[in-house]
Amino acid sequence: MVRREVIGAHYGLRGWLLQRVSAVVMAAYTLLMAVMIAVLQPGDFGRWRGLFALPWIKVATLLFVVSLLLHAWVGMRNVFMDYVKPSGLRFALYVATILALIAYAGWAAQILWSV
Amino acid sequence: MPTVALKPRYKYLNLFKIRLPLPAFVSILHRVTGVLMFLLLGFLLWLLQQSLQSFNTYTALRAWVALWPVKIVLLGLLWAYLHHLFAGIRHLFLDAHVGLELARARQSSAAVLAAGAIVTLIVAVLAW
Repeated sequence: MVRREVIGAHYGLRGWLLQRVSAVVMAAYTLLMAVMIAVLQPGDFGRWRGLFALPWIKVATLLFVVSLLLHAWVGMRNVFMDYVKPSGLRFALYVATILALIAYAGWAAQILWSV
Repeated sequence: MPTVALKPRYKYLNLFKIRLPLPAFVSILHRVTGVLMFLLLGFLLWLLQQSLQSFNTYTALRAWVALWPVKIVLLGLLWAYLHHLFAGIRHLFLDAHVGLELARARQSSAAVLAAGAIVTLIVAVLAW
C-alpha cells in the first residue's frame, strides 16, 4: 500500500478552516445584533450605549472583532498572493496588514471597554 | 535539447471584453466587497467610537449621518457587508457540495445578488 501524505506546513488548510469558522461567528453575531436592535430599538444615546454595556454583548462583540480581524487577514493575504508578484512588496503588504489589524484590535477593545 | 514548438494558446482574457458568468460576477464582487470593507475598517471603528463615546459625539454623528451623501456611502457599505455575507453563506453550501450543478449555482448566484440588494433597499427605506 502506498502511503500518500500531504507535506507542508498545512497553513493552506488552516487558513481555509479559519476563514469559515470566523465567518460563521460573524454571521451569528450579525443575526444576534439584528434581533437585539429590532427588539430593543436603541434609537437614542442612552439605549444605544446600554446595549453595548451588557457584558455578554461586549464579549460577543469582542469575539466578532477577533473573527473579523482573522478573517480579514486570510482574505487580504489571498488577494496579495493572487495579484502582487514581487515578493518584497508582497511581504511589506503582509506586514502592513498585520500591523494595521493588531492596531484595530487594540482600538476596538478600547472602544468596547470604555462603555 | 530538442525545442518543442509551443502550441498557440487561444486565451481571451481581456477583462473588459469577457462577459462574466453570473457565479463569476458574484465571486469577484465577494472579493471586491471584502477588500473595500478592509480599507474602510478604520472608518467603521471611528463610527462606532463616535456613537458610544459621549452624548455630544453621538448627537454630532447622528447629524452627520443624516446628510444624504454620508447616508449613500453607509448604505453602500451595508450592501457590501450583506453581499459578502450572502455570498459567504452560498460558499459554505458549495463547500458541503450542495448546489454544485451549473443550473443551481446560477440560481443561487442570482439569489445572493437579489438578497443583498433587497435587504439594503429595505434598510434604506427605513433609514430615509
